[in-house]
Amino acid sequence: MTTQPQEKLVISGLHAAVEGQEILKGVDLEIGRGEIHALMGPNGSGKSTLGYCIMGHPSYEVTAGSIELVEADGTRHDLLAMEPDQRARAGVFLAFQRPMSIPGVRLADFLRHAVTNVRNPDRKEGQELMPMRDFRSELKAKMADLSIDTEFARRYVNDGFSGGEMKRAEILQLAMLRPKFAILDETDSGLDADAVRLASQSIARIGGAEMGILIITHHEQLLEHNIPLRTHVMLGGRIVESGGPELAAELHKRGYERIRAAYPEAAAAEQSMQDALGNETAQPVTA
Amino acid sequence: MATGFNQSAIDSSTIAIGTGDAIGEINKYDFRTDSPAVFKARRGIDADIVSQISEMKREPAWMRDFRLKSLEIFNSKPMPHWGGDIAVDFQDIFYYLKPAEQQGKTWEEVPDAIKKTFDRLGIPEAERKFLSGVKAQFESEVVYGSLQEDLSKQGVIFTDTDTAVREHPDLLREYFGRIIPPTDNKFAALNSAVWSGGSFIYVPKGVKIEFPLQAYFRINAESMGQFERTLIIVDEGAQVHYVEGCTAPMYSTESLHSAVVEIVVKKHGRCRYTTIQNWANNIYNLVTKRAMAYEGAMMEWIDGNLGSHLTMKYPAVYMMEPGARGEILSIAFASAGQHQDAGAKLVHAAPNTSGRIVSKSISKNGGRASYRGLVRVEPGARKSRSSVVCDALILDDKSRSDTYPYIEIEEQDVSIGHEASVSKIGEEQLFYLTSRGLSEAEASTMIVGGFIEPLVKELPMEYAVEMNRLIELQMEGSVG
Repeated sequence: MTTQPQEKLVISGLHAAVEGQEILKGVDLEIGRGEIHALMGPNGSGKSTLGYCIMGHPSYEVTAGSIELVEADGTRHDLLAMEPDQRARAGVFLAFQRPMSIPGVRLADFLRHAVTNVRNPDRKEGQELMPMRDFRSELKAKMADLSIDTEFARRYVNDGFSGGEMKRAEILQLAMLRPKFAILDETDSGLDADAVRLASQSIARIGGAEMGILIITHHEQLLEHNIPLRTHVMLGGRIVESGGPELAAELHKRGYERIRAAYPEAAAAEQSMQDALGNETAQPVTA
Repeated sequence: MATGFNQSAIDSSTIAIGTGDAIGEINKYDFRTDSPAVFKARRGIDADIVSQISEMKREPAWMRDFRLKSLEIFNSKPMPHWGGDIAVDFQDIFYYLKPAEQQGKTWEEVPDAIKKTFDRLGIPEAERKFLSGVKAQFESEVVYGSLQEDLSKQGVIFTDTDTAVREHPDLLREYFGRIIPPTDNKFAALNSAVWSGGSFIYVPKGVKIEFPLQAYFRINAESMGQFERTLIIVDEGAQVHYVEGCTAPMYSTESLHSAVVEIVVKKHGRCRYTTIQNWANNIYNLVTKRAMAYEGAMMEWIDGNLGSHLTMKYPAVYMMEPGARGEILSIAFASAGQHQDAGAKLVHAAPNTSGRIVSKSISKNGGRASYRGLVRVEPGARKSRSSVVCDALILDDKSRSDTYPYIEIEEQDVSIGHEASVSKIGEEQLFYLTSRGLSEAEASTMIVGGFIEPLVKELPMEYAVEMNRLIELQMEGSVG
């Protein structure tokens, strides 16, 4: 990877709570553009919460710490001061583990708004959208590239989509929006092995030197075509260990027993969080 | 709710005069005072005024008698005691204005808010003047002229109802007041007494009109009065789609709109009646619409209601013979100071009839949207099928949605389904869309647009486009 100064997503000392329950207990993470990072960890360790906090989900309250975009020249932009749409316009993207369906809204119409706003961050409501012709040809090319049937664009956003279709729609949006930083929250969950391979290949095609990617996953297959620069393990709301690709392989093979044993305090925090939430994952309560 | 809504409640109502008095902003522009009096009936309603209206129109005696009889019925009927509060002083309304009089104002006098809305909806200049009451004649004679010629070659009659009384009395009398008799409800009686304008359409046997007939084509002041009366007769195997209204704010200096629409669809005929109306905030919009569908015939109502202070409207299909079908798609958008009490009515009066109601309502900014619907299966209407789906979307905590579904089944062998849902715009949906760069307002508008999409896609293209723009404006809170 490059050693020159580059734009970074910098998370420092992040604490966050949902409905008064603290989930993140001091997360530090730096991702440069062009870098791939993997974030692994057992269910309920706070991985999705980190994604939601970066994107600005209203149910998650950041109680301490910071999330910033730091330009190559050192200029800092405080993401926490921005609404979710401003964060998107600043170049941040979250691929949802469970994308919402929006009945009656065609994927293409939604995406044309999204692309227009993200590429013209100062656009006001009611101002012109990206020309239909340009949008269509770009969308068509991207869909062909990702082997997605063009019929897909006319369907209502995630409405009646299979699990696999939802994930492909998320990847298509990633390709169209070309963010500086993308968080992919379990883009492999609910997919069979072939679909995971396809997703992995697609992400590799979309990524590159311009995009920093944080891949949240339980499995290493998604990393097959996206070799992470760093793999981070989250437990009990903190990143307890970081390593190279070999760490992902180890966790995939052996699970989290070694990690839990090595970090008893985080393991205890994990246990108490799960007891408090009464469910296995830290999904938003309003979902 | 003191009582239910069923056939007898519609047919005979008892008294309950409301006290609601939230008159919209528009009311402060009172043009009534500076209209030069050519013919100015007094305010109020009595036998003299009703006779005078008939006389002004040079009507035959039978119509004058019909009006006078209807007036008696109107006087004897109590106000509906369900629905919304109707705070109308019947003696403070002008029931008839000669068209000449309606031209009495200038563009400069039209409120800026209305002009701005026309701008934003992209309504052409000539139409704007008509819609705001500045002009009585919409300049579409050229378009209409050739269309009219084409239609009349096929034997189609498409005129205003006043003209039909003079020129097609036999055809008109056969159905006029028979589908919705003056005794039906107080406001049908009122309309029957003082009606003016509206459309009369006759489509002969087997004639299929391929394009939608729009009031636009023959728009004039008479066509969109306060008390218009429309009658459509679709003969055997014939087909027509009629579109009324437009999405520009309907602007009236009077606060009561009470129309009657009667439709007959004969054996294997098809009729679709589309309404999109956006009333100013001071209007009471109390409309009776009913169609009779005969053997194998299909009747569809597509009904979009925006604006008004109170709308009460329940388009009905009576399926009179085997194989008749009725479908009602309705949508209501209620914002601040607005109560939409809208719905539908299906009556299965013969075997093997099928009906469908899809109702969508949106309430916002303190608005109230109610679905009120009736499905009735008469004895002997075996193997009838009906389904009712009503979905409500509530945009904030100040707003309200109610559902009053009534089902009366007097036959065993039938299939009737009812589904209702009420939802709020979900925080999760909003977050999803905003996380992709849409502002919160854009995201809400998009969710609402998606919610009404099943109805909008049934509209003719230009109406669909206008409807979507109107929803965008409503969502900004800059209209209504």
